[in-house]
Amino acid sequence: MDYIDPHIHMVSRTTDDYETLAKMGCVALSEPAFWAGFDRGSAESFRDYFRQLTEFEPKRAAQFGIQHFTWLCINAKEAENVSLSREVIAMIPEFLAAPNVLGIGEIGLNKNTRNESIIFLEHLDLAVKHSQQILIHTPHLEDKYQGTRMILDMLCGDSRIERHRVLVDHVEEHTVRPVLEAGFWAGMTLYPVTKCTPQRAADIIEMYGPERLMANSAGDWGPSKPTAVPDLILELRRRGHSESLIRRVVYDNPLEFFRQSRQFAFTPRSG
Amino acid sequence: MSLPMTAAQVLDREYLELRAKVLELAASLDRLDRGDGSVVDDPRLRKVRAGLELLLRDDASRAERIQLLFSRDYDAGWRQAFGLPPAEPGG
Repeated sequence: MDYIDPHIHMVSRTTDDYETLAKMGCVALSEPAFWAGFDRGSAESFRDYFRQLTEFEPKRAAQFGIQHFTWLCINAKEAENVSLSREVIAMIPEFLAAPNVLGIGEIGLNKNTRNESIIFLEHLDLAVKHSQQILIHTPHLEDKYQGTRMILDMLCGDSRIERHRVLVDHVEEHTVRPVLEAGFWAGMTLYPVTKCTPQRAADIIEMYGPERLMANSAGDWGPSKPTAVPDLILELRRRGHSESLIRRVVYDNPLEFFRQSRQFAFTPRSG
Repeated sequence: MSLPMTAAQVLDREYLELRAKVLELAASLDRLDRGDGSVVDDPRLRKVRAGLELLLRDDASRAERIQLLFSRDYDAGWRQAFGLPPAEPGG
């Protein structure tokens, strides 16, 4: 089955991974800007990173028939440095016209601090001013519930935000309901230990239905599995779910969401 | 939407996996007991014990309850506590 991984960090993966993804049916992916594993020293480091995301990765993906899209921001961890964050935010508009940019992301919270909240609000303002879609990271483990509620407060507190153009990612059992009920899209991340397993993601689909729900691998430089979306496809099949339901979650929904971005020019595989 | 499998089919499919997970928990708790010293008052272990009690309830939202058990509290007044301007009226 053709599928789209709406959240994966391919700069951290090998070219062999692109080949494996293509063999598994991945036809497109989107790569939000994120933390490199260390705090970068200057805004110029981000300029180089954004060039990698907008120039180099699309070419590497294309070798395997995968269409590469991306989102730009300074991530929540480095947002603790407010002055650096403001320099990066000021630079982002230079890249918004690149053909594979879908919007601003993955912005969000990490430890739910004041500085992270300030920079999150400034990213929202940037997105609104440039009519960009938004992809949001929610915190890890014990910080997730509190951080997700704070993020929803900030989103719902700004009437300029078009909720159907916002994806709140890394939802789990305790956060998916408020995200969907507020009218946002929700993403489930399939991680070996710290987020959703394919089995629990299938449970969430069964409990909430497929509307505005997606699944991703969030494959990166840490423990993660870039082929996790096919694991979910297999789990749903083993439970007896229809191909149309599975396709909606792993292909139709990402397409519906991404098509709201001006620059989303997707060519389906022929046949 | 619903699960296309009956409860009996789910149990047939997952019994060995459930058994293995219970066994892993038991072995982890035994390992804690065999280690030098005591962690009986460690708040993390208290949460684990509270989680195990939650599992025994007849309630189809066990996973959500476990998640909330291991979560920090949310305070609706966080914005004021941070000294940030309030959300716009009606927002």
